[in-house]
Amino acid sequence: MTATAEPEVGKARLRKEDARLITGQTKWTDNLQLTGMLHMAVLRSPVAHARIRNIDCSRATTMPGVAVVLTGEDFAAEQGSLPCAWPITEDMKSPPAPAMAVDQVNFAGEAVALVIADNAYRAADALAAIDVDYDELPVVLDLQEALQDTDLVHPDLGTNKCATWVYDSAEAGAGTNVEDEIASADVVLERTFRQQRLIPSFMEPRSVVVDPNADMFTVWSATQIPHILRWMLSAVTGIAEHKIRVIAPDVGGGFGGKLQVTPEELLCLLAARRMGRPVKWTESRTESMLSAHHGRDQIQKITLSARRDGTVTGLKVELLADMGAYLRLVSPGIPVLGAFMYNAIYKFAGYRFVCTNVFTNKVPTDAYRGAGRPEATFAIERMMDELAAELDMDPMKIREMNWIKHEEFPFTTVAGLTYDSGNYEAATARAMELFGYEELREEQSRRRTSRDPVQLGIGVSTYTEMCGLAPSRVLGALRYAAGGWETASIRMLPTGKVEVITGTSPHGQGHETVWSQIVADRLGVPFEDVEVLHGDTASSHKGMDSYGSRSLAVGGTALVHAADKVLAKARRLAAHMMECDEADVEFASGSFSVRGTSTVRTLGDVVLAAHVAHDLPEGMEPGMDADATFDPDNFSFPHGTHLCATEVDTQTGMVKIRSYVAVDDVGTVVNPLIVDGQVHGGLAQGIAQALFEEAVHDEMGTLTTATFADYLVPCAADLPAFITDRTSTPATSNPLGVKGVGEAGTIASTPAVVNSVLDAVRHMGVRDINMPLSPERVWTALQGGSADDVGDVAAGGLGSIDSQGGQS
Amino acid sequence: MHISVNVDGVTYADEVEPRLLLVHYLRERLGKTGTVVGCDTGNCGACTVHLDGHSVKSCQMFAVQANGHEVTTIEGLARDGRLHPVQEAFRTNHALQCGFCTPGMIMQAIDLLADESDPDDETVRKGLEGNLCRCTGYQNIVRAVQDAAQRMKPGAGPKMEQHSDDHVVSKQPVGGE
Repeated sequence: MTATAEPEVGKARLRKEDARLITGQTKWTDNLQLTGMLHMAVLRSPVAHARIRNIDCSRATTMPGVAVVLTGEDFAAEQGSLPCAWPITEDMKSPPAPAMAVDQVNFAGEAVALVIADNAYRAADALAAIDVDYDELPVVLDLQEALQDTDLVHPDLGTNKCATWVYDSAEAGAGTNVEDEIASADVVLERTFRQQRLIPSFMEPRSVVVDPNADMFTVWSATQIPHILRWMLSAVTGIAEHKIRVIAPDVGGGFGGKLQVTPEELLCLLAARRMGRPVKWTESRTESMLSAHHGRDQIQKITLSARRDGTVTGLKVELLADMGAYLRLVSPGIPVLGAFMYNAIYKFAGYRFVCTNVFTNKVPTDAYRGAGRPEATFAIERMMDELAAELDMDPMKIREMNWIKHEEFPFTTVAGLTYDSGNYEAATARAMELFGYEELREEQSRRRTSRDPVQLGIGVSTYTEMCGLAPSRVLGALRYAAGGWETASIRMLPTGKVEVITGTSPHGQGHETVWSQIVADRLGVPFEDVEVLHGDTASSHKGMDSYGSRSLAVGGTALVHAADKVLAKARRLAAHMMECDEADVEFASGSFSVRGTSTVRTLGDVVLAAHVAHDLPEGMEPGMDADATFDPDNFSFPHGTHLCATEVDTQTGMVKIRSYVAVDDVGTVVNPLIVDGQVHGGLAQGIAQALFEEAVHDEMGTLTTATFADYLVPCAADLPAFITDRTSTPATSNPLGVKGVGEAGTIASTPAVVNSVLDAVRHMGVRDINMPLSPERVWTALQGGSADDVGDVAAGGLGSIDSQGGQS
Repeated sequence: MHISVNVDGVTYADEVEPRLLLVHYLRERLGKTGTVVGCDTGNCGACTVHLDGHSVKSCQMFAVQANGHEVTTIEGLARDGRLHPVQEAFRTNHALQCGFCTPGMIMQAIDLLADESDPDDETVRKGLEGNLCRCTGYQNIVRAVQDAAQRMKPGAGPKMEQHSDDHVVSKQPVGGE
């Protein structure tokens, strides 16, 4: 790395983004007002499964301000099918996914009609005047019942089974046959866990504006994926890709929930084309919860075999994953992303993973923070605690005897991945020290002895994850339709200022700040002299966008390579300017010098010389810009040790997190302030899965948790202060040594909390409690309720729903 | 209905539908898009503004209810290019990521600090119960509010609280549409 007085990498820079965000000078999509702009409102099905007999729009059409009312029939010829880019198997069943239902609705919340009016209130008014006649069909909700194929979500498919995906370590040559391990084991544990359905709940509701100016369609969208969206909108509509410009302005969170090509983006585009005027659609929160994709929703049957001394030998995972009614952009691949993570940091000899994806009449599922990996980590970390309980061993000791030792890296796992670096001992030692593990165990013992109504539990989670999505060849082997590279451009301006164009698309992560730090360090220019451009396909024409903790590990590396290209060319020109051999040119702190002399040219001097191009070496092109695209050859593998202490009131079932320690190894840290923030937010979402959140459908398929009054996103008073620290083993798969941090906290924390609660009440006869661990569920479990009984207790609030789609 | 509302120091006179929500009046009619809408039920607090110096959720009020009152939004906090100490504390403590909840969070924090000049962790957390953030886990928000409390203490610097609504100077009505 270029030496500068004070390295930018590692510095807790305050964020460039904040100036506009704390003063309200923001550019959210919904802020846009265009001349002649019309407003779109969407009517959504109140029933989960029905044939549409008739839609009567006559009253709505005559209402004040209404320009047009359109139904699925109006779009049938042009809407095509929303894309699914991850056909995980050759024989995967994939039903047509119309943006607007034409003759059948398959989940409550699906679009059935839309109104275009001169303002949003009037558009919403007209929705109430549309009459739809439905012939209701049997509703398919339960995963296991769906597999019986008694009633079908999509009769044309002949089954509710979407696909079955298998990994077997013996077949892959990466391990033994798991059935042999199970057959010969001293101890075999079989458990079933439920990953409840979650709602991503980004704070900014989705919004789209389409301006069909001349023959160019400009699309503003609250999306994580402007580049993929442009490609897919073109593919679905047939509008030439170069006639579509997508802009993701300020985007208010995503967490995977905005990694989507949505029905509304497509409908807004088609409506704007039809009207020849700009059209805006902004969802209400209830609409968001009814129609934006959900996450998780799996049933995990896990079989673990071990020797009596605690050594694990085999792991078998049988998953049922709920796709909901349709396959969205990457729905089928989400459980597959977990397939390589169930073995986690442990040395299993044999491993088998079988996942069956199933259709139901529910909101489609897709990526949500962690996407497949939190589910995997939850299952294995719960199993390690189960094994410890079974063998009456300390849960940390049993992990330690099974994990990969730091001297064993790089390590190829039973799932076929090669972990490049890590030090589980170091992270664990630091976490134990910060937590006060032994003292808490002593207190736990005292409370048990004294039958204290408030019992103390200690939960462990020693997680790893694969992120930095992803090597393109691996994605190809997994049948994903796109690559996983990332791209960056550096424009050296004649005054020495720098424009960086990135293919990543931040929505809260702070790329403008961190990318500036990387470039400032590499080029030796001031942090303030770097401007980062992103999220507009007109300026950033190429990119794979932001998800899967990939932006820094992949996009940041592309940036390093682009900067190195700038320097390589500048070095050659500097040698020419200083009339020396290139080999004698040194570069430090933004200046070139001739070794052993006082001759110096700043990077700015060289850039200007390249720009005016009066005297360049033979064959050199004017200008000093550079592009680079980086395709990683491996994932990155952050890891860490999280410890959670909970107090469980056995008289009320109330759980209180007393302390939470997270020690993460995310490799090299560019900005510690931002990394800590990512961990805090990740922890909150993982804890929310453990204790608070659950999307509940009633027996008719109605989502009963479709407001923030019912879906319990935690507030400040629900969460503790976290103690965070880091250890570091740099990644070897990229020059920065970074691993990614966006998903770590979420992946690690859910099992830490649940293990902790169970640790508090296990001695009272409780073996398991389904998430979220609401007071009611914990109390019921303490009364001796069976796991099934406990699972039926709803965790949500009032269960209210607005059948009009929450239109204001 | 005819209303007259002072927003961020400017008095506006407008005809509005009785059903128009205050937040939509601010955003759509006045172009005050710094205040945002995050939910429909008053749970998220993203739309929080001050009405006569006290925090309210502007999605839970009609514009007509603000008739004759003074509204302060996130856009009216800075004075002469100087940020309010709570804004400054949010920046220096990395109390925001995507920033969508931030305007409401800052407005609520100012209201909280008006009642509690030196709040402990629990007081801050309880005081922000009506404002949801999905990015930060609240840790740095709590820290920022406590930091702001120190910055705003008497003697801690210039009298930053001078721009309470008492000091808002009404200007000429500029009208709406």
